[in-house]
Amino acid sequence: MNALQQYIDLYDANRDTLERLSAPETAAKRAEARKEIEAMRLARKGEEDYEATDLNAIFAPDYGVNVNRVKWDGGQRFLCEVPNLSTNVFYLINDTFVRGATVREQEGVQVESFTEAHENERNTALGRYYGSVANMKNATTALNTMLAQDGVVIHVGEGVQVNRPIQIVNVLNAMMPMMAVRRVLVVAEPGSSVKVLVCDHTQNRDEKYLVSEVVEIVAREGATVDYYHMEESSEQTSRVSDLYVRQEAGSNVLVDGITLTNGITRNNYFMDVVGERAETRLMGMTIASGRQHVDTYTRIEHKAPRCKSDEMFKYVLNDHAVGAFAGKILVEPGCPRVEAYQGNKNICGSKEAKMHTKPQLEIYTDDVKCSHGATVGQLDEEALFYMQTRGIPREQARRLLMQAFVADVTDGVRLDVLRDRLHHLVERRFVGGEAMCRECSKFNG
Amino acid sequence: MLEIRDLHATIEGKEILRGIDLTVKAGEVHAIMGPNGSGKSTLSAVLAGNPAYTVTGGSATLCGKDLLAMSPENRAHEGLFLSFQYPVEIPGVSMVNFMRTALNEKRKYHGLEPLSASDFLKLMREKRAVVQMDNKLASRAVNEGFSGGEKKKNEIFQMAMLEPRLSILDETDSGLDIDALRVVAGGVNALKTRENATIVITHYQRLLDYIKPDHVHVLYKGRIVMSGGPELALELEEKGYDWIKEIVDNPENKQ
Repeated sequence: MNALQQYIDLYDANRDTLERLSAPETAAKRAEARKEIEAMRLARKGEEDYEATDLNAIFAPDYGVNVNRVKWDGGQRFLCEVPNLSTNVFYLINDTFVRGATVREQEGVQVESFTEAHENERNTALGRYYGSVANMKNATTALNTMLAQDGVVIHVGEGVQVNRPIQIVNVLNAMMPMMAVRRVLVVAEPGSSVKVLVCDHTQNRDEKYLVSEVVEIVAREGATVDYYHMEESSEQTSRVSDLYVRQEAGSNVLVDGITLTNGITRNNYFMDVVGERAETRLMGMTIASGRQHVDTYTRIEHKAPRCKSDEMFKYVLNDHAVGAFAGKILVEPGCPRVEAYQGNKNICGSKEAKMHTKPQLEIYTDDVKCSHGATVGQLDEEALFYMQTRGIPREQARRLLMQAFVADVTDGVRLDVLRDRLHHLVERRFVGGEAMCRECSKFNG
Repeated sequence: MLEIRDLHATIEGKEILRGIDLTVKAGEVHAIMGPNGSGKSTLSAVLAGNPAYTVTGGSATLCGKDLLAMSPENRAHEGLFLSFQYPVEIPGVSMVNFMRTALNEKRKYHGLEPLSASDFLKLMREKRAVVQMDNKLASRAVNEGFSGGEKKKNEIFQMAMLEPRLSILDETDSGLDIDALRVVAGGVNALKTRENATIVITHYQRLLDYIKPDHVHVLYKGRIVMSGGPELALELEEKGYDWIKEIVDNPENKQ
């Protein structure tokens, strides 16, 4: 069975409502998505780049979609613990945008829902860029575009340095199986800079959730964008994310995907580097136990000379956790002096944990420096014994080694508050507890 | 303090220790010498609880407690310390974090509260001085990028921090130049009290010029084949091990 069909049926049955309750800027792309999706299917496990994950099975169950934009009651508002009050916080409750209570406005920066952006003539990002980076030939992107009615648009004006990190707190909370259709657009105009921190939280954790997520990031000439996503959902949460980045000349983009708690996750990263001397850092870290499943696909396309990309993903898998990584770096013809490095390092801490890894380089220009490397291993027995002889119990020695293993990814975070917080959360995660923030734990008993 | 009786141990089915007997009392320094492959390092590894070795017979007690029944970390908590011949590099784990965890685990085992951050740093400073260890080393990852000499100093520094009852120094002199040797030996001597004991495992007599043993034992083919006072070490230095091999391998030729 093609799992897409039920979503196509849902769209066709609710077309009028969908259009009426959406920002008009999304209409053209929605129509295009509906047309494209007709002939599409979702990958089954074992197909190329889906060696470990059955995409069709993820979308097959019957989830509710909030087509009528029923307002969430907002009763369980909380402050995420990560920022220590130093970020501007916004919420996506399932897929409804809610502004935090203590947002400090800054001239030249708009963080709005699509419908708000439609009303605000100073926020031109949506009309100019919505759907312009995403690839509609990608089935999960087409699905998201067909159903997305609202989302978050972050627009940073030319030369504006955003002084407070923008935090988007994703909250899942429903009384029945629910699919959230998340859509994020970040546009950093020339010479601007912005840091975005997205974190996932799941309330009412016994319920089943599916998240379809498309993120588009446009870094214009000389712009700097940091985008961190920290996933702390629940065992019953599946998430499929397509993140697209377009980098113009001299831009600097860091994307960091961290998974500490989840059910099944598929992250696709598409980095399109079209301008000269652009710099890209793509990194990620997964700490998984139980039956967590985290699958990452990355594609960095170098289409201009003298660009640099640096990619590193690390996994620590325990119990029956499954990890997958497939990464491709492509250097197109006529792109001399490109430097592109890719790494994927993994530790399987149990006999049952499984890691699939597939690094790939495709290079069509001579004068470039590229490398890739992938390792799957166990914790160093000699180091464990050494630590034990100093009185450190084996379990704790294991934790210290696992923390050390992911340290270069946690240290690579360019957001001080998040880096400190992350060290703490990682430590807590390895101790075996949920890596939930205190505020979240409060709501989940 | 340490009582070893008829200790047998194997690695991958091969018998390395074939009946070791050794008694070490508080306040004593014992040297264990012997040719390559005689089982010296195996003895230290077995006492520390290295899981690569299997104990097939005999017993070892520390202050009356059965060492062999304990996990490596509990042996450490009971006061055993092994200075490694090849200290392990642990990238990403800072010396401070490593030492604080080790020390506080020991305190926990003995029912004590963890040390405060300031008390701990004070202790680090104090003990660093014992082996003239650079502050920079203490702030780095455990042994990562340390020179041979720095690694050995770091072992003695850890020993100073953990204040063991019984220290086993496995080939602590290997890879050390004469200045580093003096510093390391000086550290060991400074830590010596009437309540603790030291076993020095060494190939050469050189280290024993600096750390004076009360007893010297010769290990050969997994057994202690000869014991004596400090003069035995000098004799070995002069005559090598061949005459001992000769005696052991061909007992009928004994003069």
